[in-house]
Amino acid sequence: MTDTTPQSRHDPDARGHFGDYGGRFLPEALMGALDELASEYDKAQQDPEFTAEFQRLLSGYAGRPSLLTEAPRFAEHAGGARILLKREDLNHTGSHKINNVLGQALLTKRMGKTRVIAETGAGQHGVATATACALLDLDCVVYMGEVDTERQALNVARMRLLGAEVIPVATGSRTLKDAINEALRDWVTNVDTTHYLLGTAAGAHPFPVMVRNFHKIIGEEAREQMLAQVGRLPDAVAACVGGGSNAIGIFHGFLDDTDVRLVGLEPGGKGLDSGEHGATLTQGTPGTLHGALSYLLQDEDGQTIEAYSISAGLDYPGVGPEHSHLKDEGRAEYRAVTDDEAMDAFQLLSKTEGIIPAVESAHALAGALQLGRELGPDGVILVSLSGRGDKDVDTAARYFNLVEGV
Amino acid sequence: MSRIDELFAQTRGEGRGALIGYLPAGYPTVAESKELLAATVDAGADLVEVGFPYSDPVMDGPTIQAAADTALRNGFRLKDLFDVVESVANRGGRAVVMTYWNPVFHYGVDAFARDLAAAGGLGLITPDLTPDEGSEWITASDAHGLDRIFLVAPSSSDERIALTTAAASGFVYATAVMGVTGARETVGSAAQGLVQRTRVHTDLPVGVGLGVRSGDQAAEVSAFADGVIVGSALVTKANEGTDAVAALTKELAEGVRRPRA
Repeated sequence: MTDTTPQSRHDPDARGHFGDYGGRFLPEALMGALDELASEYDKAQQDPEFTAEFQRLLSGYAGRPSLLTEAPRFAEHAGGARILLKREDLNHTGSHKINNVLGQALLTKRMGKTRVIAETGAGQHGVATATACALLDLDCVVYMGEVDTERQALNVARMRLLGAEVIPVATGSRTLKDAINEALRDWVTNVDTTHYLLGTAAGAHPFPVMVRNFHKIIGEEAREQMLAQVGRLPDAVAACVGGGSNAIGIFHGFLDDTDVRLVGLEPGGKGLDSGEHGATLTQGTPGTLHGALSYLLQDEDGQTIEAYSISAGLDYPGVGPEHSHLKDEGRAEYRAVTDDEAMDAFQLLSKTEGIIPAVESAHALAGALQLGRELGPDGVILVSLSGRGDKDVDTAARYFNLVEGV
Repeated sequence: MSRIDELFAQTRGEGRGALIGYLPAGYPTVAESKELLAATVDAGADLVEVGFPYSDPVMDGPTIQAAADTALRNGFRLKDLFDVVESVANRGGRAVVMTYWNPVFHYGVDAFARDLAAAGGLGLITPDLTPDEGSEWITASDAHGLDRIFLVAPSSSDERIALTTAAASGFVYATAVMGVTGARETVGSAAQGLVQRTRVHTDLPVGVGLGVRSGDQAAEVSAFADGVIVGSALVTKANEGTDAVAALTKELAEGVRRPRA
């Protein structure tokens, strides 16, 4: 295995271990490609041309830096604490996903590969990937669970408009987990020409550290903006966690600020007691899935348990390995937010601030409401508003009975 | 010398490849999987791979995925695996288990090794565990006298083949093509090159899998490999019952015995 050099004390070891978690649990046939990716990523990080090109795309194409917006009317419902929103929803394609996608698409070109495959749950990562592939002239195939193609039909159309092929996955639970399985099967077959553009900070090394680093800019910008606009760091940072990429990106801006609480909000679905949820870190146990050792929802035989959430983007039984490490270390805390709590926050932000959040991000907002009530009027909370809710209007219309006959 | 070492010493002595047949435990039911495995043993499989039906089989194509789904829907549980392995041993067959890593990890690596050995199993094939993450398994397999069959692929560098074969025992599993399991018209041309590259690094027997489905293909692979691994084709026959499985096994067993060119 090609070893990568840790750059900071928050980096994994040379083989991708964050404490006990991470590593590589994938077929031998993919080890060469993972080595190549790790080595090419290492070189790219130290190549001023690569980093300049990445920065140019982030500012000139994705629209960074994203705004930091205070949400005072929303915060009235949070015990009087101040709430600030990191506006990843304003990025091109409508979520934080574009950061990672642009980075990996540039790496794909650098490796001389011509074809990109990706998985998607809500469709945000798929749309972002299709976008970057259109921009950089790469062939693009997106695997999406059949259940999700139905929940997010508009995003399927978006991806196809952008020139991507969308393949509905009808195996297993027909959601994100199975889309990843299919993408891995494609990758093992076509690895010579194809890069697997994984959409979250999970999977085998080097994906967790690489995806995190492409998203670190969220936290770096937010930290500077907090100091400039509020004059202090937040008491807590709230972010939703499915695979955990927006959370790890924003958390990293504050890891060394040990007074800042880092709070990940997992999908509690219909309630933890119902068994229908995706609360991997709060309810799971360590295990291997999709290439890494991390917390996992599994039964007593080690079979993966199907996750559930109203949010297709959080509906995943695994989680990135660095989150497992941060949980065990106690540096970050994780709690679950139910569908109903998330949808209440979804509606509240829409009505009080004129911002329709993604249902995923609404989990972070619901967490912020809880944290605000706990912290009281002196509290300051930073929320990762990881995506916008255009794609969720249909879900919301059904949930709130907003349209006759729907 | 392990029982797998003895097997390959024998087949090498006979100037032929060993026939290695794969069937999932619990497919379509636990009881029927025992009968199907018994049929392959009786019809001439030198070694059987008992597959563990897993919820996320990323290295498997549609045939074995569907079989795993069926087994799980029909109530397969981990403890049934040891029962099925024991049935092969009692039939006079030799069994290894092929399993994705998480069920072993979750059960406890040492406990799994202990219980597999107690059931008469001879080793593990681990499609998503490479020696890089294998230290706990290497310790446990040594402690319980099990062989550890790691995989090499056409994409493996010589450096990785050296690392993998140094950690392996029993035999080395060479995946003939880049891709998932499933019967194919032709066995990849990469297979022979991979076997040759593997032999540079080890004296361990090399078995070739992914795509073999007929006696002719078995003969072709047997000409350059120590073992011919047949999975999806047997699983497809399992749908038709024990007679069909026995017939294909006989054809394959005849194939590996054809004089090498």
